[in-house]
Amino acid sequence: MDSVEKRSRLSQFSASILVNSLYEMKNYPVVLVNTVLSPISFLLLIVFVSHGALIGEAVQGGFIMSMFGAGTSLQADLSHLKNDFKLQDMVVSSPTSWMVYVAGMAASELVYSVPALAVLAILAFYFVHMSPAGTLLFVAVLFLVFASSMAIGYTFATFSTDIVQSFAFSRLISTLFSTIPPVYYPITYIPLPYRYLAYLSPTTYAAQLAQYEGGYVHISPQMFAASWIILILVAAILFALAGSKARWREK
Amino acid sequence: MAGSDRGMLKCSRLTKVYSGARKALDGITFSVEATGIFVLIGRNGSGKTTLIRILATELEPTSGNASFGSMDVMGDASLLREKIAIVPQEARTVPWMTPMQTVSAYLMWRGMGYGEARRRASDALENLGMSHYRDRLNRTLSGGMKRKVLVAAVLSSDAEIIFLDEPTTGLDPVSRREFWDLMKDIEGERFTFLTTHYLEEAEALGDRIGMLEAGRLIRMGTLDDLRRSVRHGYSMSIPAGQKEVRISVSEGEMLKGADGTRILTSEDEAFSISRELIRDGVKFTINPVSLDDIFFYLVSREREENAGNKGEAVEQLRGFGGEEEQA
Ligand SMILES: Nc1ncnc2c1ncn2[C@@H]1O[C@H](COP(=O)(O)OP(=O)(O)OP(=O)(O)O)[C@@H](O)[C@H]1O
Ligand SMILES: [Mg+2]
Repeated sequence: MDSVEKRSRLSQFSASILVNSLYEMKNYPVVLVNTVLSPISFLLLIVFVSHGALIGEAVQGGFIMSMFGAGTSLQADLSHLKNDFKLQDMVVSSPTSWMVYVAGMAASELVYSVPALAVLAILAFYFVHMSPAGTLLFVAVLFLVFASSMAIGYTFATFSTDIVQSFAFSRLISTLFSTIPPVYYPITYIPLPYRYLAYLSPTTYAAQLAQYEGGYVHISPQMFAASWIILILVAAILFALAGSKARWREK
Repeated sequence: MAGSDRGMLKCSRLTKVYSGARKALDGITFSVEATGIFVLIGRNGSGKTTLIRILATELEPTSGNASFGSMDVMGDASLLREKIAIVPQEARTVPWMTPMQTVSAYLMWRGMGYGEARRRASDALENLGMSHYRDRLNRTLSGGMKRKVLVAAVLSSDAEIIFLDEPTTGLDPVSRREFWDLMKDIEGERFTFLTTHYLEEAEALGDRIGMLEAGRLIRMGTLDDLRRSVRHGYSMSIPAGQKEVRISVSEGEMLKGADGTRILTSEDEAFSISRELIRDGVKFTINPVSLDDIFFYLVSREREENAGNKGEAVEQLRGFGGEEEQA
């Protein structure tokens, strides 16, 4: 029998990726079309409506939404595996810690996003012009958005008990954080009183930083600093909540 | 033996109240050596799954505690999780995976390398007669085959304590017996805690058998211990729908249900009643008491005691015969 010391973290991590993305992509290739289409469809809409003027912002928005959407998918996938297959129960009653399980699942969502990210990267190469430093900061912004959405996705998933509930959660989250806020276009397109509402969403700050790095908008140094602080704080708070509030063992 | 630190499974005043519901477990206290096979039986809703989920560290008890050796299910969950594996009652295979992928991914989750996991998965599937289906998508398998895939996953793991919540539900009679053989083969290496509604399964497999009723453990022991809790050695069943006959039972008890009459009595009286029934041309069966009889008898007595009145208990037994469920 295997001893405890021989357990490989890498195997545990890879199992989540195999189950939640590679096997699924291999056996049901049609799911790939959807992952490419959803961030790009909104991009196309914005580009058409603005007669091409907002293509840079829209491509950046596509990246942000891919990262945020990964959290929504994580929530849906975790809930599905937990409620419909009782797979999470099998994993809870095993040496797998919630961290390895969820980290693997989060990575599997990234693997899923690879086709969409590839298409966006090609578009970005032609239409978005950022300095190397700006590109690095943009990647950092994307990482923070991804981390926040993972924490939200995991926490909500542990509370959902069936598919209808889980679906309601994910619709709510994606409307609040991605449909309403100005992710694909500058915030100045939103009339003033409503602008304050947009500032309630962390994705607004992410888009603002991205647009600044792309040279599409100008923001004050104070706003620049505040945006970073808010993004980092939100991610930290969401992680703390996931660590303390998410239910690995049921009450 | 590897499992010596498993020690005893002990539960002490274990209680579970789901939010806004009545007690699912009501002060369960018992201890049993964590070796061989322990079978838990009980009616729908008696609390089997609740107990198994608490022991498998999936669910918090409302009060009381449970432990394996020195490992407490609440305090030492991460230690205990190194040693356990479960097939939950409602577990299903993921449709977009194959049996091979399902079993090997489970083993990888437990920390086994890819190659080793594939090898073990292949052996485990073969043991359950699933080699032929190992590379087909799970969604194309029959219900019983899907169940076997999950059982193969936990049996091929390194877990020393295995929880199987109704592992043979949906298996055909041949497969069920094959499963029993497999369980007997691996007995001794690990502790298996299983629930079932098939009482012959409990008889065939259980080194010890526990009986739950309404969240309380009403009996626990070996099959012989349980036999002794029924005073009578023989069981007769007279199916309903035959001509009326008057039977007088002086030593034993007669239980009337929707499906007919069941008589538990001594050997002598059973044979004298048999002679009368043969003379009157009534069909019946006669057997030494089985777990089925014991279960039927103990559950009805438990209800009688709770109801404090015989009439009601007999009414409820009618429900047991397969008509409406009683709360
Ligand atoms: N999640 C839950 N929330 C509320 N009540 C529950 C929940 N799960 C079980 N119960 C209740 O707890 C009691 C015990 O249920 P449990 O599932 O443990 O029974 P069981 O013996 O496994 O039944 P079965 O043989 O049907 O599987 C039942 O009254 C049931 O209604
Ligand atoms: Mg059950």
